[in-house]
Amino acid sequence: MTKQVTLTIDGKQVTAPEGMLVVDAAKLAGIDIPVFCYHPKMEPVGMCRMCLVEIGRPMVDRNTGKAILDENGQPKLQFMPKLETACTNPVSEGMVVLTQSEKAKAGQKSTVEFLLTSHPLDCPICDKGGECPLQNLTMAHGPGQSRFLYDEKIHLAKNVPLGDLIFLDQERCIQCARCIRFQDEVAGDAVLGFVERGRSMQIASLSDPGFDSVFSGNTTDICPVGALTTADFRFGARPWELDASASICAQCPVGCNITFNTRREAKADGKIVIKRVMPRQNEEVNETWICDKGRFAYHYAESKERLNKPLVRKDEKLIKTSWEAATKAAGDAFTKAKKNLVVLASGRLSNEDLFNLKALADQVGGKTVLYSNMGGGDLTSLVGVGAGTNFGTMGQGSTIVVVASDLYEEAPIWYLRVKQAAERGATLIVANPRETKLERYANFVIRYSYGDEVRTIQDLTKKGKVADVFARSENAVILFGSEGLGLEGSTALATACARALNDTGHVGKPNNGLIGVWQRANDQGAWEIGFRPEENLQSVFDKADAIYIAGADPFGDGMLKIKDARRKPFIVVQDLFETESAKIADVVLPAQAYTEREGTLISGERRLQRFYAAVPPLEGTKADFAITSQVARQMGVILEGTSASVIFEIMAADMPIFSGLNYAKLAEVKEQWPIVGRGDLYYGGTTYENKDGLGVHLSNAAGCGEKVTLPRVQKVAALRPKENKLLAIPITKLYDHGVTVQSAELLSHRIGETFIALHPSAAEKFGIAAGERVKLSLDGVSEDVLVKIDETISAGVALVPRSMGLPINEPTEASVKTNKKAAR
Amino acid sequence: MLRELARGLGTTLKSMFERPVTVQYPEEKRPVRPRFRGRHVLKRYENGLEKCIGCALCAAACPADAIFVEASENTDEKRFSPGERYASTYEINMLRCIYCGYCEDACPTEAIVLGDNYELSFTDRRQAIYDKDMLLEPALPGAETTPQKTTPGKFTRSVPEMKDSAD
Repeated sequence: MTKQVTLTIDGKQVTAPEGMLVVDAAKLAGIDIPVFCYHPKMEPVGMCRMCLVEIGRPMVDRNTGKAILDENGQPKLQFMPKLETACTNPVSEGMVVLTQSEKAKAGQKSTVEFLLTSHPLDCPICDKGGECPLQNLTMAHGPGQSRFLYDEKIHLAKNVPLGDLIFLDQERCIQCARCIRFQDEVAGDAVLGFVERGRSMQIASLSDPGFDSVFSGNTTDICPVGALTTADFRFGARPWELDASASICAQCPVGCNITFNTRREAKADGKIVIKRVMPRQNEEVNETWICDKGRFAYHYAESKERLNKPLVRKDEKLIKTSWEAATKAAGDAFTKAKKNLVVLASGRLSNEDLFNLKALADQVGGKTVLYSNMGGGDLTSLVGVGAGTNFGTMGQGSTIVVVASDLYEEAPIWYLRVKQAAERGATLIVANPRETKLERYANFVIRYSYGDEVRTIQDLTKKGKVADVFARSENAVILFGSEGLGLEGSTALATACARALNDTGHVGKPNNGLIGVWQRANDQGAWEIGFRPEENLQSVFDKADAIYIAGADPFGDGMLKIKDARRKPFIVVQDLFETESAKIADVVLPAQAYTEREGTLISGERRLQRFYAAVPPLEGTKADFAITSQVARQMGVILEGTSASVIFEIMAADMPIFSGLNYAKLAEVKEQWPIVGRGDLYYGGTTYENKDGLGVHLSNAAGCGEKVTLPRVQKVAALRPKENKLLAIPITKLYDHGVTVQSAELLSHRIGETFIALHPSAAEKFGIAAGERVKLSLDGVSEDVLVKIDETISAGVALVPRSMGLPINEPTEASVKTNKKAAR
Repeated sequence: MLRELARGLGTTLKSMFERPVTVQYPEEKRPVRPRFRGRHVLKRYENGLEKCIGCALCAAACPADAIFVEASENTDEKRFSPGERYASTYEINMLRCIYCGYCEDACPTEAIVLGDNYELSFTDRRQAIYDKDMLLEPALPGAETTPQKTTPGKFTRSVPEMKDSAD
């Protein structure tokens, strides 16, 4: 433990760890020192001068090294002749800080007066108005009147787009550089900077396209004035008009804690809609940040195309019908199918939904299949990261291995936290066939060919420089992804990772273990509940008599095809939209979006977290678990379908991993550092304080002291690029054509059109230029795609993004044809 | 006894020649006091632009929660008010309104003013919700109504300089 020092702030005795800054020590003691440029998550710079205080230090006799005492026997204090910044001075023993003295108050007052010289004072139209640190601190510390001339205010541009998501108001900016420092220090995308000097100094985007970072939204949270606003919320509502509901982001397996701000809108026909997404502090998951996908891609639930009536096929057409009739049709088909029933569900659903689906399948002896092409979820249950794992506490002595995953694109907040752990001294090993952003912070970069993933990991347990570091490291975590891997390949990789961790003793402890970088938010939960992916989904489908598809669109993704229209199984689809799968279904059941109901999700780190309803459900829809319960009732089976919390209690009684847990436990919170939210937005930004639950880290088999037996690594015959052929490799992009992202108009530029990436030499060989459109054929499907050139990939492969309209689940052979003639 | 009767009749007779205190409403209307608080009016500038900038401070000040505002962004192609923001929805529920005038006080641009109109009657509750079209005063003769196409850079300030801030 670090040494504690005792100091006095405003006459109050405060004990703080050595090295802590005065401003933080004061905050810890409940004393507010106003700041603008200082942020507890970033290095201090002392630019705004708002935190000026008087600091006195005990005088020391230079000869004896002892404190000089005054006539009363008290240590004599030496105050600096001028005020000092509390944000740059670390605490020291015997220090005396005066924040409320006449001198300090005068200093703060003048600073506010200076900052406001050219501030437009357009609070009535400012999006920050109402939650603005400058507004609040002006009221608390400002002089009330300015000696500067109103007519001499400098007028600057009020609408400068830094990118397509963030707008800058140059007049409001107070040049605190919080946004620049966030991008440099925290996000690692140094895309903002100052241009010019003195009075002309302004924030500018240095990248092309502008503000090219997936963390850009966070700068609006920490901006202490209304200078940075998001395109999404610009003039959307006043902050005091918004209601807040706690939730969990369902876009990726990180499970960031978020808050939905909602409001009733005339524009939305008087419905209550989500106006913005804000981070909610959870220091063990997302700290106080979220990525732009989580912040801006939430509009899908408001779509006009939502299903709101059950549909049943009659005479080759889907007819609107009642819930009773639709569930009866589904229930009858399931009862008839018995063990030939297949329940296909994805990790988009909550644990409660999946549990009910599994219970329904078990009732008739049917099969449950996870809609995913990534394996290894059973291994993360065994040797996943131990309870209490926190990237925020990793540093010297920890090793983090990232394999077959581009964290920046797949799980941005993990990228951010892994990067910071590496900067604190953790050893970062990045193994990927192509260059990824995380490599900039890696101590070791391992470049392997697609197909060599397993061997790369197995080498970690052998001799060698990297292997020695890994084995000797006190803590080790492996994050494995599915870049260039199908189900078989990723299962083998996961097994190799699990064995490597187990062999080196890096399991069953906090900050040790395996993390899956899943494709969907609750894939881990689906594994825990007993869903398993199938290597050959098509043959499972062909053999089934009835199939119940929930939260997945296998026909739209090209995962399933109807081979014989006369002998197809009875298809029931439960979804928000009329997907391709819904179009061919016999029964379609309209489900609620996760923002409209409660439930729980399990993150990739195996943290069980609870989300709450933010908006009222669309009329005519039901929660997934309720629909399953109603279908089950038609089959004569009673499943709980009224309350998610009751289902969770049943789960807790039924499944050992959830034992002793309930919704109340998931809603528990504890004091977190730094303190955010509350009345002092100037300190941590507009991030919400977590009042609705930090979740519970599930323990795993290794953590419970059980003997873990791991399976052997299955040999997988990996495809290799062939001469004159291309090997199509699936990769995951942050912004894809998934249904939850695509409807976000704001992100359309970033999503872009379907593309493939080729090495320049491959492009040359096939006579393709960058930016050209070509016909790509793979798996019997051909599609027009854009070609991007990427020098960092190997020559024989074509990178194909998942969920971009191309049916790619594993490496396959592909061919490209230019349609130059057609273009001309 | 007779004297009293005559006095009473005298008073009656006298009052027959006095000016009546009542007026023949609705044919005839009594002028209202200068600070009378009647139905709200949303004001315009002389050039026809709306004074309201959609800041919703009136809604925040309203003790009866009678006002609902939704803002949108101005462009020079389609400008409703000076500055970046204007009220795309502005509704007052006259059944809720208590005519306290706090909205007037809160308004940073003097856009909302409690006018002279006190003749409010409705046959159903929906009618009591006055929308922006009903509240907005007509543009001065010769001035263009909104939205207007304006020259870029001309209307950049939302909040005008007030002659007397205490006014």
